[in-house]
Amino acid sequence: MDPALKDLGDYIAAALPEEVTRVEDAYGELMLWTTPESLIKVLTFLRNDQNCQFRQVVDITAVDYPDREARFEVVYNLLSFKHNHRIRLKLATDEATPVPSAVLLFSVANWFEREVWDLFGVFFSDHPDLRRILTDYGFEGHPLRKDFPLTGYVEVRYDEDQKRVVYEPVSLVQEFRTFDFASPWEGILHLPGDEKAAAGEGEEGKA
Amino acid sequence: MAETQIKPLTLNFGPQHPAAHGVLRLVLELDGEVIERADPHIGLLHRGTEKLIEYKTYLQAVPYFDRLDYVSPMNQEHAFALAVEKLLGIEAPPRAQYIRVLYSEITRILNHLLNIATFALDVGAMTPILWAFEEREKLMEFYERASGARMHAAYFRPGGVHQDLPAGLLGDIAHFCGTFPKHIDDLETLLTDNRIFRQRTVDIGVVSAEEAFDWGFSGPTLRASGVPWDLRKAQPYDCYEALDFDIPIGKKGDCFDRYLVRIEEMRQCLRIMHQCIEQMPDGPVVVENHKVTPPRRGEMKRSMEALIHHFKLYTEGYHVPPGETYTAVEAPKGEFGVFLVSDGSNRPYRCKIRAPGFAHLSAMDFLCKGHMLADSVAILGSIDIVFGEVDR
Repeated sequence: MDPALKDLGDYIAAALPEEVTRVEDAYGELMLWTTPESLIKVLTFLRNDQNCQFRQVVDITAVDYPDREARFEVVYNLLSFKHNHRIRLKLATDEATPVPSAVLLFSVANWFEREVWDLFGVFFSDHPDLRRILTDYGFEGHPLRKDFPLTGYVEVRYDEDQKRVVYEPVSLVQEFRTFDFASPWEGILHLPGDEKAAAGEGEEGKA
Repeated sequence: MAETQIKPLTLNFGPQHPAAHGVLRLVLELDGEVIERADPHIGLLHRGTEKLIEYKTYLQAVPYFDRLDYVSPMNQEHAFALAVEKLLGIEAPPRAQYIRVLYSEITRILNHLLNIATFALDVGAMTPILWAFEEREKLMEFYERASGARMHAAYFRPGGVHQDLPAGLLGDIAHFCGTFPKHIDDLETLLTDNRIFRQRTVDIGVVSAEEAFDWGFSGPTLRASGVPWDLRKAQPYDCYEALDFDIPIGKKGDCFDRYLVRIEEMRQCLRIMHQCIEQMPDGPVVVENHKVTPPRRGEMKRSMEALIHHFKLYTEGYHVPPGETYTAVEAPKGEFGVFLVSDGSNRPYRCKIRAPGFAHLSAMDFLCKGHMLADSVAILGSIDIVFGEVDR
C-alpha cells in the first residue's frame, strides 16, 4: 500500500478510535470498518477533516453473505480530489437493522441508497424518498440477494387476447443449471474405478 | 378578487420520447412552463447485469460491459479488465496497453460525437447528427477491423486484448487522425457560434464545483464546472502516464461549457492517438500465462498442454484469488468503476458497476428546478445519459 495512504489510515483510526473498528489493506486500497451507529460521524469526519477531504461519494453498494449473522456489507467508496486518495468504508448490517442515510452529507447518496434498498433490501433510516428505483413497478423481493433465483419469480408477456402485458409465474422448460467447478479433482477422494483396484488386491490376498 | 390557486401540472416526459435519450420516464411538475420538480423514473432497461455476472465466469462477463453504455463499449471493458488484472496480480504487456489506450480514445471520440450530435438535435440543430454519424461509421470500422464487431467488441480481455491489430490498421487510424480535426472544425462552425444553440445552452443547468462534488459528477460534466480532474492524469492506468495531453475545463458549468469541454476533449483524443501510434511497441498483446489467457491456435495443434489450457479456460475459466477491489477508469461519460469481489472461485462473487450516468441523472431534479420545460431537454442532452449504463 502507498505509504501516504497507510498514514491516512493510521490517522483516521487514531482520530476515531471508537468508531473505526478495523483498518485493512485490500490490494493496495485502504479499507475502514465501522458500525451503523457511527456511520454519520465517520462520514462527516472523512468529508470535513483537512487531511481527508473526501468530498465525493463515488459509490454506495452492498454485498450479501447469507451465511453471516449480519448478512449485508454496505460499502461506501469515497474519493478525495484534494489529496487524490480513494477510501472504502464498510459496515455490516442485516435485514432488520437500518443504516442511517447519508443524504444530508452527500446528495448523490439519495439514488445510491435507493438502489441498495431496491436490490438488497437494506433499509436506510431518515432517507427522504426510499422508493424502488431499478426494478419494475410493483416488483417484489430484492434481486441481488444470494437467495433470489437468477430467473426471478415472474415473467411478462404481451397477451394478444387481453391486449395488454400480463405477469405470470416463471415457467422454465429446462431447470436452471449451475455448474459447480469447485475443486473438480481434489475434492474427490475415491475416483470411479478405485473400488476395482481395492477389490483386486483383496482377491490377490485371498489367493 | 381572491387569487385562484393553480394546481401544478404534472407532465410525463417519455419513456417513448426522442429527446429522452432512451427509456427515461421523467415526471415533471410544472408551474406554467417552469419546472418545480423533476422525478426521473429509471429502470425500464434494467437487465440485471450485476446478477447475471455473478453466474458467469470472468471471461464470460466481459461482453456484458459492452452492453452497458453501448456508445462507449471498450472503456467499460477496460475497467473490468483492469479490476480482474489487479486481483490476479498480472499486468498487460506494453503493446496491449497501447492498443487499449488507442481504442479507449477512439471510443471517447465515438461517444462525444454521438453526444454532441444528439444534444444539438435536441435543441434544434438537425445537421450535426448527419455529419457526426459519418465519422462514427469510420471509427466503428476500426473497431470492426480490430475485433470483428462494430459495437459490442469484447476486445479488451483480462490480461491484454483479444488479438493483435491487423497489418495496415495503424496507418489508416493515423490517416483518420489527420483528417478528423477538419470535421471537428466543421461541427463547431455549426454550433459554437450559433445564436440559437447558444440561447438554448448558455446559463442553462449551471453547476458549481461544490455542487458537482456533492452530486457525484465526474468526467466532462465535472470538468465543465472548472475542476481539473481526470483519472487519466490523477490516477493513471495502463500507459497514460507516458502520454502527453491536456485536460480542458469549463468556467461556468452550464450546458454550453459541457459541450465545449467535449469538443476540446476530442482534439486531445487525437493527440493521444497520434502518440500511441508513434510509440506503439512490438511484442505480445496478452500475457503469456496460459492459465489466464488462451494459447495460440497454432500451438494447440501441436501441444497437449495448450489444448488442455484452452479447454479449461473456455469451460471452467480461471480462478481469481479471494479479495476485492474498486477500479475506475475515465470513461467518456465520467468515472466508470467496477467494484469486484472475488471469493476464490471462477465466478465473481459480486460485481458492482458504478456508472457515471446514474449519478448525473440523479441530479436531474436539482438541475431542472426553476428552469423552463424546454431547458430540461438541453440539460438532459448535456449530461450525456445512456440508459444501458444507468439501468444496468
